[in-house]
Amino acid sequence: MTPLPDDPALTRRSFLTSGAASVGALVVGATEPPRRLGAPRRPYGERSPHETATRYLRPTATPDTASSRTPLQALYGIITPSALHFERHQSGVPDIDPAHHELLLDGLVDRPLVFTMEDLRRFPSKSQIRFIECAGNTSEDQVGRPGIDPQRSHGLMSCSEWTGVPLRTLLGEAGVSPRARWVLAEGADASRHARSLPLEKALDDVLVAYGQNGEALRPEQGYPLRLIVPGWEGNTNIKWLGHVRVVDQPYMTRDETASYTDLMPDGKARWFTFLMDPKSVITRPAGGQTLQGPGCYEITGLAWSGRGTIRRVEVSTDGGESWEDARLTGAVLPKAATRFSLAWRWDGATATLQSRCTDDTGATQPTREEVVAVRGLNGTDHYNGIKAWYVHRDGSVRHE
Amino acid sequence: MSRAAVIAALAVPLLSAFAVAQAPPSGIGRAATPADIRAWGASVAPDGTGLPAGRGTAAQGQRLYGADCAGCHGDRGQGIGEYPPLAGGQGTLASAQPVQTVGSYWPYATTVWDYIHRAMPYERPGTLTVDQTYAVTAYVLHLNGILPADAILDDRTLPRVRMPNRDGFVGDPRPDIVAHRHQRR
Ligand code: HEC
Repeated sequence: MTPLPDDPALTRRSFLTSGAASVGALVVGATEPPRRLGAPRRPYGERSPHETATRYLRPTATPDTASSRTPLQALYGIITPSALHFERHQSGVPDIDPAHHELLLDGLVDRPLVFTMEDLRRFPSKSQIRFIECAGNTSEDQVGRPGIDPQRSHGLMSCSEWTGVPLRTLLGEAGVSPRARWVLAEGADASRHARSLPLEKALDDVLVAYGQNGEALRPEQGYPLRLIVPGWEGNTNIKWLGHVRVVDQPYMTRDETASYTDLMPDGKARWFTFLMDPKSVITRPAGGQTLQGPGCYEITGLAWSGRGTIRRVEVSTDGGESWEDARLTGAVLPKAATRFSLAWRWDGATATLQSRCTDDTGATQPTREEVVAVRGLNGTDHYNGIKAWYVHRDGSVRHE
Repeated sequence: MSRAAVIAALAVPLLSAFAVAQAPPSGIGRAATPADIRAWGASVAPDGTGLPAGRGTAAQGQRLYGADCAGCHGDRGQGIGEYPPLAGGQGTLASAQPVQTVGSYWPYATTVWDYIHRAMPYERPGTLTVDQTYAVTAYVLHLNGILPADAILDDRTLPRVRMPNRDGFVGDPRPDIVAHRHQRR
């Protein structure tokens, strides 16, 4: 990606002058308070007590089959802290002793095999930064009841560095039969969550992961072992992975027939709609926040696409009348969250902030109206419409 | 798209499968035993692959359903609060209020057996025996008018049950939306 010239609204010079002024003020006014020694070392770090962002847990009668959402508005860069990664469980988070956890690989293979966690770490490992997004993320926007902030509207997407062994390597160990077409992956959670994946994907970029952001997976992310299925709906990224069976057909599990299928206006439903289309959201300024007054602000947010690499993010501050290219900051990686940034001067009038991303396949985001015209309001998984936040004159930013 | 078409569309060129099979194994891991495979229980495909031998009647299923399922799903499968309905909804899929249940939506009876066996009852998943699962599956299908009250299900007959929405699914047609570049200059 070619860097765009700095936005003239916020030049280096204006940063330098304001910086020099505040340093001067500090030196003149300082009378030093008595200093005390800080806290001692600790074996496992915690964030500052001043930081309070948490996952959002919508109240439900069935918390074991439910989700929690990432506070996207509180994050910097592209990595979601493991403690804030969104959750979706079908039967709670199992407590698994890794010393007793095994992966069974059977079915249409020459050699059915069992791997311990120690075994899996003997294979050449691979680390890759990839997003995971629940198929149902942003469905409230599709039906016209958008969440009040980025967390509630787009918080079923998180991005981590995952480390593990490619599923392709393990399939090679077992020897895949020429009759094989699919794999069935099962978790060791209480309800044995299971999904079928085409063998082509299994041999492509699927990772059997034991690491997340430099340490072991968190329990709610599948400890000690999970599938990472880059770019595909979160439900296929089987957590607490214990069994991969190589098969000749999709097994038509409940979550690939009764759920995660998209009901269309004609009453037919789409199935095996695995890919998550390009999507983006402005995380600051965004719903739930307040601008301190007219002046300069950074508009920043995240864009991602299950089809490939984000190439472009455009931002509109006038409700889609005009669009300006935002800068892609930091790493720009395939099937990963990508940070965008644009300097903006708020003049104090109402404004509508929107972002629209395009990936390297040319796929881009439609408007909500364009989605609803084709897909209606019944099937709400896989929605990727352009998101708007509304800046009011009092500086409040809202979802409407 | 039919199931066969889905399989064909997503099929792997045979070459790549062979290429993987021919990589020399590292020797890491151990050979799986029949006990390892049995420990994972049943996973059932639409053609019945994986269905364990066994049988159950809708009448047996009715008793079991009353004791173990009705408290959450309702005595007629109508659903209670956040607990989903298991029956009804046929003819509603194209309406503004679609009711997606086993009877109106699920394309395969094998999926009903597989899901109940792995995931229900919700608070005690994995406790139903094979025969109990055939029985309660028969009763849930009866609640939907798909099987008669005196139905018997076993590993031979279950895959032959034709579900009302069997042909209700199509493959992924995306990109299905033309995004216009809303830019007035
Ligand atoms: C404690 C409450 C509870 C009990 C008891 C219970 N279920 Fe469920 N059932 C649920 C919940 C909650 C779900 C939704 C699970 C999810 O979406 O992850 C569900 C889902 C289902 C579904 C899938 C519905 C759909 O359309 O997706 C079936 C079928 C089902 N249950 C059958 C049964 C049977 C049969 C029994 C008795 C053996 C039973 N359940 C007992 C709570 C219960």
